[in-house]
Amino acid sequence: MSSFEKDDEQSGSRRVGLVSRGPVITRRAGLAGLLGAAAVTTLAACGGSEEEGSGGTEGGGSGGDVIANGTEPQNPLVPTSTNEVGGGRLLDSLWAGLVYYQADGSPQNDVAESIESADAQNYTITIKPDQTFSDGTPVTAQSFVDAWNYGALGTNAQLSSYFFEPIQGFEDVQAEPPVAQTMSGLQVVDDTTFTVALTQPESDFPLRLGYSAFYPLPASAFDDMAAFGESPIGNGPYKLAAPDAWQHNVRIDFVPNETYTGPRQAQNDSLAFVFYETYDAAYADLQSGNLDVIDNIPPSALATFQDDLGERAVNQPAAVFQSFTIPQNLPHFSGEEGKLRRQAISHAIDRAQVCETVFQDTRTPAKDFTSPVIDGYSETVPGSEVLAYDPEEAKRLWAEADAISPYTGTFTIAYNSDGGHQEWVDATAAYIRQTLGIQAEGAPYPTFAALRTDVTNRTITGAFRTGWQADYPGLYNFLAPIYATGAGSNDGDYSNPEFDALLNQAAAQTDAAASNELLQQAQTILFEDLPAIPLWYSNVTGGSSEAASDVQFGWNSVPLYYQITKS
Amino acid sequence: MSETTVRPGQEHYVAPLDTTPLAAVDAVDESTPSASLWGDAWKQLRRRPLFIVPSLIIVLLIVVALFPSLFTSVNPRYQELSRALEGGSEGHPLGFTRLGTDVYARLVHGARASISVGLITTAIVVVVGGVVGALAGFFGGWIDALLSRLVDMFFALPLILGAIVMLQALQGRNVWTVALTLSLFGWPQVARIMRSSVLQVRGNEYVTAAKSLGLGRFSTLARHVLPNALGPVIVIATISLGTFIAAEATLSFLGIGLPSSVVSWGGDISNAVPSVRTDPWILLWPSIALSVTVLSFLMLGDALRDALDPKGRTR
Amino acid sequence: MGWYIGRRLLQMVPVFFGATLLIYALVFLLPGDPILALFGERPASPAAVAELRERYNLDEPFIVQYLLFIKGIFTLDFGESFSGRPVIEQLAEAFPVTIKLALIALAIEAVFGIAFGFLAGLRRGGLFDSTVLFLSLVVIGIPVFVLGFTAQYLFGVKWGVVDPTVGGDPTFAELLLPGAVLGALSFAYVLRLTRNSVAEALSADHVRTATAKGLGRPRVVTVHVLRNSLIPVVTFLGADLGALMGGALVTEGIFNVPGVGRLLYQAVIRSEGPTVVSVVTVLVLVYLLANLVVDLLYAVLDPRIRYV
Repeated sequence: MSSFEKDDEQSGSRRVGLVSRGPVITRRAGLAGLLGAAAVTTLAACGGSEEEGSGGTEGGGSGGDVIANGTEPQNPLVPTSTNEVGGGRLLDSLWAGLVYYQADGSPQNDVAESIESADAQNYTITIKPDQTFSDGTPVTAQSFVDAWNYGALGTNAQLSSYFFEPIQGFEDVQAEPPVAQTMSGLQVVDDTTFTVALTQPESDFPLRLGYSAFYPLPASAFDDMAAFGESPIGNGPYKLAAPDAWQHNVRIDFVPNETYTGPRQAQNDSLAFVFYETYDAAYADLQSGNLDVIDNIPPSALATFQDDLGERAVNQPAAVFQSFTIPQNLPHFSGEEGKLRRQAISHAIDRAQVCETVFQDTRTPAKDFTSPVIDGYSETVPGSEVLAYDPEEAKRLWAEADAISPYTGTFTIAYNSDGGHQEWVDATAAYIRQTLGIQAEGAPYPTFAALRTDVTNRTITGAFRTGWQADYPGLYNFLAPIYATGAGSNDGDYSNPEFDALLNQAAAQTDAAASNELLQQAQTILFEDLPAIPLWYSNVTGGSSEAASDVQFGWNSVPLYYQITKS
Repeated sequence: MSETTVRPGQEHYVAPLDTTPLAAVDAVDESTPSASLWGDAWKQLRRRPLFIVPSLIIVLLIVVALFPSLFTSVNPRYQELSRALEGGSEGHPLGFTRLGTDVYARLVHGARASISVGLITTAIVVVVGGVVGALAGFFGGWIDALLSRLVDMFFALPLILGAIVMLQALQGRNVWTVALTLSLFGWPQVARIMRSSVLQVRGNEYVTAAKSLGLGRFSTLARHVLPNALGPVIVIATISLGTFIAAEATLSFLGIGLPSSVVSWGGDISNAVPSVRTDPWILLWPSIALSVTVLSFLMLGDALRDALDPKGRTR
Repeated sequence: MGWYIGRRLLQMVPVFFGATLLIYALVFLLPGDPILALFGERPASPAAVAELRERYNLDEPFIVQYLLFIKGIFTLDFGESFSGRPVIEQLAEAFPVTIKLALIALAIEAVFGIAFGFLAGLRRGGLFDSTVLFLSLVVIGIPVFVLGFTAQYLFGVKWGVVDPTVGGDPTFAELLLPGAVLGALSFAYVLRLTRNSVAEALSADHVRTATAKGLGRPRVVTVHVLRNSLIPVVTFLGADLGALMGGALVTEGIFNVPGVGRLLYQAVIRSEGPTVVSVVTVLVLVYLLANLVVDLLYAVLDPRIRYV
């Protein structure tokens, strides 16, 4: 009963934005495949879009009518204005991007023929010929360039414009008023080719291209974007069953798109998303057979769902990292004293016990700042011992800090109380209180907006919860946007030149293994400074009805809907 | 704007004072009316078990609320996560909550916040709503129009909106902010009920009589109308007391109730909800405490209402 | 009578302005910046933020925002939510469902509340009275979310009597269970109110007179007792209709009813002024009309009350 969309983490992370979807699982793939070929990156090398689409090119298998849970999208169904999972999962079924992510997070070409770069800064993207939108109009290089320019232009106020920031000319279209309507870094070469120039090397740029912000738009969209957002036309495995198939707050109905020839062929006859306000309601429907697949288990069922659903239950790690951030300017938490106190707090929390009791083992205790489903992940990054529960060491470190300057006041962890976070915050605060013998409490904010505003304006007076769901499956995405000096989501104002230098070196590396090696060194610095206290990784929890089969969750905690069949 | 009209045959002819012996009777009535009303009520109440039993329970609850450490030495917020949802054991008679805190200790320590929320809210609601409703109903005319429209405006207020703004405006979450928030939503209902009840009573013969005998308007309201109109308000107040305590649980459920640092029954009920299917007993204890409190106040309210009703008393 | 109704309708005008101003002010006072929240934990581009503020008039002072909203209302333009959807469309989707749900809840609480309360009041202290007292205590002591989850689990999942959730465009039958849960708390109020009113009326003079006149007990209790006892009950029910419609948030969430409670909650959480005020405006109108009906019913129930 958490819920009122009030999620528990899952929806917390939907605000977080990232839509990504797709599930999880092993941690190979990723950058290795992308950047393996030393200087030249070629996605085509990853192989096999032909073999992938076993469902044939007709569209529509014989897999029955699948019903999945969803939430009412918070924005029109326009790729660049959607930044939450409710809309994101719909976009991923309606659209095909340049690449898509397999269940394990490894990228495969979808619309792209190849993505090439010699310097990780200038990319040449070639798309497959004869691709069409579901209305029959062709998908060309122009479809991508126009869509990206639309998304980046400040006056269009698109929520995902941040994804275009690395592209040259982004500052011009974001100026107030804009000094250009299009980004200079995007050039159409011919119908199937365009080039992208970045402002600096970003070796994982191709990996990001599966994210929905990078989807193409048909020319008709630009005539009336509001109408388009109500009744979108994409190039993906599904299309709307009818122009008015979106019944707001109730459901949306998809049928396979017969013009889609890519690897994600729909194996079912139709796909419907029923919108739920709470996961409790969705779970009740799953149990009574009205729903075929659910992508999150409500707290009330965590203790029982593995028994209820048996082999149909899903509980596996996902690309969601949870922590709380202690601002750098918080009294007693900067300098040498701050390091000691941060480490003491980290040692004071029994993460395994919280995961077991509060989350019924649907969270995995954190061993680093990223996620176990990401390529390059390691449980044994030097310095990660600081995450071990060790009350004696915690007391010793705290006393050592007190010798520098005695601690007074209450240590608070702020959270939004519309998000189902109270229980773990209470449990965590109790560990800090009881281990260190200080006052420690949760500090509830009534809404997410209230919390974000205090965090953004730096008016928050304590620690605050932070969560990160990856936009794309790469280590870099867990580190650079949050801990790099001046980065957009660096809400604690952490700054360490050594750390920044390692990030930059990693971004310029075209060899994945070498890049990951540098990022792990960077993490060692984080373990020393602890700008945020890592807590756990959110697992993806879900399940399916007896009628459904071939249910698999992607790296981003969302089921691969196109594979699901139903008897 | 309702005007009461007296039907033909209901108006009374009152003879000049010097020509009627009624004057003597009236004089007696006016000299000691309220003393005897409450005095008689008390005389009757102290002999009735339906009054004594709930009163004793309420006294006990108040003692628990004031001096919780007399009843338990366990810290209600001490967390032993590994013992979460364990059953009763030595020193922990009612077992452990979802976070491994002691259920019994929380029950004892939760009394203060919960009963405070209930009592404070009820008091504010009855006073504010009662006064507004009584004035509107008794005086009618433009006063009624004005006050009734004010009530209407507040009825429209969505609880969640008002609650969030109140929490922000009052800078904090404690028993008082929660009580004030709940009052904001409770008083219009009492005002409506009070108004309708007064409307009904003021049409009664004894009110007409009092007026005719020259009793002032406020005196009529206070001595004759209010005591007779209180019945429905007492009913609403005694039920509301319980629902306010329970409403605190709903506020907690929506994430805008008391903070975790304040132990309350409502908070514990809300916290126990995820376990309702697997371990309903942890939800049961605070619910029982809440129900017993509600029952006591309900019975007390009933007894009080009976005692205040002059007709009921003669039976 | 016609004059009276006309005056009452006229009085709704100041209530409309007062209530909308009050609500708009409260939304304005909500903590947090709604535009920043749209971006989640990702960085918000200043250009986009500025554009959105302008689009939703958030760059204007409070009173200008309010007046722009009122101006829109007179052209039947209730504004847009942050999703870009016209508020009027959302109202048209949510209200029919919620009206159905609230009417069912009202019918359940009125029928059962009055019937049980009446029977309990006739024999105060009897077995039936004690039983319903216990019943109402259960309803009061257990918050609606617990009641709702339990009812849904038992009837929907375990016994499979009904579908656990409702969805869009529900039938009356589908809304019975959510309606019962929604009306449960008010049922306790109606029951207690009726019981006490009946008990009080039994000792009233006109009832004694009627009994003394030799009227049969059935006629005395139905005509003289029940009718006179209904005034506070009807008052409560009238005020409750609006409360049921706006306060169905928890029940709607449990049974997945896409109604007004959810719309209002989402709009408050996201600080969507136009949506909140529009929903509340309609609720106020419902409430005022219900109260007008109640006040007219007073005259039917108590012959001494007349409206001129």
